[in-house]
Amino acid sequence: MEFLWEGLLQITWQQAVMYGIGVLLIYLAVKKGYEPALLLPMGFGAILVNLPLSGVINQNVEGIGVVNGIIEWLFEVGIEASEALPILLFIGIGAMIDFGPLLSMPSMFLFGAGAQFGIFFALSTAVLLGFDLKDAASIGIIGAADGPTSILVSQVLHSKYVGAIAVAAYSYMALVPIVQPFAIRLVTTRKERRIRMDYTPGNVSKGMRIAFPILTTFLVGLVSPQSVALVGFLMFGNLIRECGVLGTLSDTAQNVLANLITLLLGLTISFSMRAEAFVNMDTLLIMGIGLIAFIFDSIGGVLLAKLLNLFRKKKVNPMIGAAGISAFPMSARVVQKMALEEDPGNIILMHAIGANVSGQIASVIAGGLIIGLVSAYL
Amino acid sequence: MWQNFFISLEIMGKGMLGIFVVIGILTLAVSAMGKLSHREEEGQENKD
Repeated sequence: MEFLWEGLLQITWQQAVMYGIGVLLIYLAVKKGYEPALLLPMGFGAILVNLPLSGVINQNVEGIGVVNGIIEWLFEVGIEASEALPILLFIGIGAMIDFGPLLSMPSMFLFGAGAQFGIFFALSTAVLLGFDLKDAASIGIIGAADGPTSILVSQVLHSKYVGAIAVAAYSYMALVPIVQPFAIRLVTTRKERRIRMDYTPGNVSKGMRIAFPILTTFLVGLVSPQSVALVGFLMFGNLIRECGVLGTLSDTAQNVLANLITLLLGLTISFSMRAEAFVNMDTLLIMGIGLIAFIFDSIGGVLLAKLLNLFRKKKVNPMIGAAGISAFPMSARVVQKMALEEDPGNIILMHAIGANVSGQIASVIAGGLIIGLVSAYL
Repeated sequence: MWQNFFISLEIMGKGMLGIFVVIGILTLAVSAMGKLSHREEEGQENKD
């Protein structure tokens, strides 16, 4: 029994905190249904990597030398060396998205852009709180409301806070139904939230659906080359979906591929949740700044809609602007629910979905731009 | 810190501008594609 006692004595208080965080993430995933596909593997991984002398991370064993651990290897190969896991996940995400509502109402594109404001607001806030530029930019990208983009940008910028950023990004994505109504109510009146919108979608031909991912990749690639990996894989997935001749591949990308990578991504990212890197004041600050990012994303989108209303005859319900974040389809649903609460029978779901899928494109563009802009200043 | 803060404001300006430029181009391109396909459909209907 002595070896068991020795093992227990090796546990540091920081590791004990990480067990608590791991159990909390598993609880949120199982009991509250908060992003369970990511938070559950991350929670379990947080326990795995923080066991004393854990075999899932590289260990120097006396008399043998370095023994490789599977989670550290997955992190080195799948994230550190190539960012392969978050990028490959975009094929699955692209295959899941129907851009139809956006293509039939191109004006909804703009709200995807407006709702990225939180990224930059959070970046400046992080700088004011003492983070250096690359860490501040990595923290700001939590506001992309897009887990894979957050992981990719923070990894490319060599931030030491990848774990905390991933936890914040996925936690707040799960908390959109709580965060967004609060932010929207801060900057809208009841009268504005009751605005009704006609839904008269334009026709979206098959040719248009096929041309869109190619055109988007080309245009975004020219303007923001750092976004090509993100946008390219997102649009590749969408092209598989829309081409009409790769039904099996589309199905595989949407289900098997996306599930497998999500499973591995959660466990892999837990490598950056080792106690010595995670249990500190910076993690708490990052969680706070992440919340600010989400709030100002929503406010940015709403204020853009209100600004456009100054020039439009047919007014836009400004809540649509808040749906321009990347958290799909949760944000669109939240906005629709709020519209119904204010005015039963007010259906703005398709507009909200249009803005929401635009947010998915805009967030990856923002990710590429952040990498390009910040690296120019480093 | 203040130097980094001013840089972050620059990044904010350039970043938001960049996003709006790309999204603006996409909006115009998609609107043009929509009009083109609408015209094609009308032409097809007239032939029928």
